[in-house]
Amino acid sequence: MAQSTAPAPAASTAIPAVAPISLKEIAPWALFAGILMLVLLYFVGAEQGATSVISGENVHEWVHDGRHLLGFPCH
Amino acid sequence: MNSISVRALLVRGMLAGLAAGVLALVVAYLLGEPHVDSAIAFEEAHSHDHGGGDEPVSRTLQSTAGLATGVLVYGVALGGIASLVFCAALGRIGRFGPRATAALVSLGALLTLYVVPFLKYPANPPSVGDPDSLDKRTALFFLMIALSILLTVAAVILGKRLAPRLGNWNATVAAGAAFVAAVGLAYAFLPSVNELPDDFPADLLWKFRLSSLAIQLVLWTGFGLVFGRFAERLLAPRAGAPGEKARTAAPAG
Repeated sequence: MAQSTAPAPAASTAIPAVAPISLKEIAPWALFAGILMLVLLYFVGAEQGATSVISGENVHEWVHDGRHLLGFPCH
Repeated sequence: MNSISVRALLVRGMLAGLAAGVLALVVAYLLGEPHVDSAIAFEEAHSHDHGGGDEPVSRTLQSTAGLATGVLVYGVALGGIASLVFCAALGRIGRFGPRATAALVSLGALLTLYVVPFLKYPANPPSVGDPDSLDKRTALFFLMIALSILLTVAAVILGKRLAPRLGNWNATVAAGAAFVAAVGLAYAFLPSVNELPDDFPADLLWKFRLSSLAIQLVLWTGFGLVFGRFAERLLAPRAGAPGEKARTAAPAG
């Protein structure tokens, strides 16, 4: 990025400051999408291991290999 | 900057996560699966009682569709979360454009969510780990991740606080050193887990863990590059186009 703008005096301000997104704007998305994403991660990483929402072990067996290879404790 | 761009970034984050997940899936299938199979062969040869005989999901399904489900959902979910972290980090961690911010967020996520927990509680192949201690291991693993996230956030805030006094470079080094020291303390005080069966092949364990690390490297590198491109295209035209005009107009006038 710095290379694309030419003259030396301008180099220090070559990257325009990006206006931050206000945290108030992010908060509702972080809350709802964040929780949804965590639920997805829970089902991939931990369901029917130490804790179970759904009985049986089909979820565990289905994502078994992914769980091992992604580093989650499996069994 | 309005909430439309948060939504747009979230959607792009999930798509970039899916794309990165596909790359990670290829690595997981080609590099990881052979070691999972070897470990299961070891497990069966040593008749370690597990599952109770009949398998509800066949090995073929586990190593293809099951693996794909796991890795892709993992990619989409973490892509979404990383895009929200990106929204918060953009313009707040220094003079970085969208692409560089995406790269830094990806690197931070790789270290925070995988490398730091991995160094204390590494990925284990089948047959390593006592089923009776699963509750304890699960709790410790997620505790380590939570601690790692807290320490990373603390280090970023510390770096920002120190920057006006020490300068950006020294502040970053100081915050990084504080992070390493705090992680070291956590490693020292959290209990270790070592449940390796006596004659489990050392090279198989090493290769399995290396392939697990490779999956994460590919996932986060892919996410950083793809999401960085998406974010740059979404955010740069608005910020960059008038700037470009002004810059080309200035010498002429």
